[in-house]
Amino acid sequence: MHNTAISLIELGAVLLCLGALGRLAGRFGLSPIPLYLVGGLFFGQGGFLALEGLERFSEVASEIGVVLLLLMLGLEYSAKELVTGMRQSWMAGVLDIVLNSVPGAAVALLLGWGPVGALVMAGVTYISSSGIAAKVISDLGRLGNRETPTVLAILVFEDLAMAIYLPVLTAVLAGLSFAGGLQAVGISLVVVTLVLVVALRWGNVVSAIVDSKDREVFLLTLIGAALLVAGLASTLQVSAAVGAFLLGIAISGATAENASRVLEPLRDLFAAIFFVVFGLNTDPASIPPVLGWAVVLALVTAATKIATGWWAAARQGIKPRGRARAGSALVARGEFSIVIAGLAVASGAVVPEIAALATTYVLIMAILGPILARIAEPVMDLLLRRTGPKTGRADGIPAGR
Amino acid sequence: MNVDEVPLPGIGVRRDIETSSGRRIGIVAHREGSLDLIISAANDPDACVASIPLTPDEAATIGNLLGARHLVARLTEEHRDLPGVTTRQFLVERGSPFDGRSLGETRMRSRSGASVVAVLSSGEVQASPTPDFVLAAGDLLVVVGTSEGLDTAAKILRHG
Repeated sequence: MHNTAISLIELGAVLLCLGALGRLAGRFGLSPIPLYLVGGLFFGQGGFLALEGLERFSEVASEIGVVLLLLMLGLEYSAKELVTGMRQSWMAGVLDIVLNSVPGAAVALLLGWGPVGALVMAGVTYISSSGIAAKVISDLGRLGNRETPTVLAILVFEDLAMAIYLPVLTAVLAGLSFAGGLQAVGISLVVVTLVLVVALRWGNVVSAIVDSKDREVFLLTLIGAALLVAGLASTLQVSAAVGAFLLGIAISGATAENASRVLEPLRDLFAAIFFVVFGLNTDPASIPPVLGWAVVLALVTAATKIATGWWAAARQGIKPRGRARAGSALVARGEFSIVIAGLAVASGAVVPEIAALATTYVLIMAILGPILARIAEPVMDLLLRRTGPKTGRADGIPAGR
Repeated sequence: MNVDEVPLPGIGVRRDIETSSGRRIGIVAHREGSLDLIISAANDPDACVASIPLTPDEAATIGNLLGARHLVARLTEEHRDLPGVTTRQFLVERGSPFDGRSLGETRMRSRSGASVVAVLSSGEVQASPTPDFVLAAGDLLVVVGTSEGLDTAAKILRHG
């Protein structure tokens, strides 16, 4: 009885702090994710305040957080959008993979973390935060802009890449042999294709099974199905996150929209706990040694993401200012980088320093991304004016406006 | 008219047209049903100067306002050879006695001699509406008649 009381007080205090941090982030137009991570660092192991008695709960809650994050990612795009997105933007998508995963892998190899560490860091630096990007685009009133479909297409492609990457990562982390790894890749490719086909052909059937007019029934069915699929996937060594993600893809249309609406508050709660727990398990003392590398990675991968967006937008005939907007919107890394690092650290197959590097990197990128997105236009104006007055002004604004 | 339709994965769809003055104007239709009116910037055709969220009511009214002018101009052109006959548009205002009632109940033709040739409702044109057509605030009636008849029609709509 007494223990329960203490647990409630601790949990309440943690959530209240997170609420305050979220409010602070909102005031500056920032993503709350970096502040949640800082909150976790502050509370946990080696931090100022150790939380006891909450381990069991926080462990399960953060697992649920990952499942909900990936379920919502799957719900975000319909199978049709995924397939057309892949057809239209595969070149930009491949460039995105090459430019943004190589720096992470290279730093991991330089630090002597081996091929597994390289695979993890490649994922961490590759995947943009679709949550932060979407928020930046809508906050800055860029939904109607011409470069926006290009940015979204790249995010869609990354989504699909995750569906292949996560099962591979899980297999490698589980220490499978090369043949076993190949088999995992094969299985994941087949499963992803199967789910896409099912979603395209019989998406309404899957949706109809899950759907319900009653909010409560709908919520319980959704969460139940997600946890069940995630758990089954986990026992099959395909990673819980991937199971939830594929379920999200299979649910489509109006059901998917309703599901997103119903799940959003729960996702926010459990994802916040996930970020805090990740921060809790990272020793703040392990950050200073990797800080330099995190800054290097941040600078390099900010540049490579901008290059990706720039190139993709240029191919669509977008002018330089729009190219800069497209590139900078993609810079932010966030929730999925932490999910990847979390999977790696939980498996115990990598050095714990990866958690410190990933945390520091995401802290920088989640703050840097929205700032770059905001200053991209003024910076481009400055550059264009310096290189020559022929662009923009002279031919754009009609005389006597 | 060439309407560009661009899917926005995870958000909805953008539909826009390029005006003869070179500006892009259109809407972003969100998946959850809301609409943004978008207008491209003059100095950067890729960007938008405005992205204005509209409620369904507001969107329908804007649609009616833009569409009616065109329709009225065309009808006026057609009636040019009939002296004394003109076309005018009337808005069913909020608080009008006919908000929510059928067109037949206005008894417009028998009381004023003017006839309702079209109703613009929710952005769509209902040509030759039948008496059971239900009017709503924000609808625009396109009415043809003599100018005295049209004055009477305006009074009927406002005061019943």
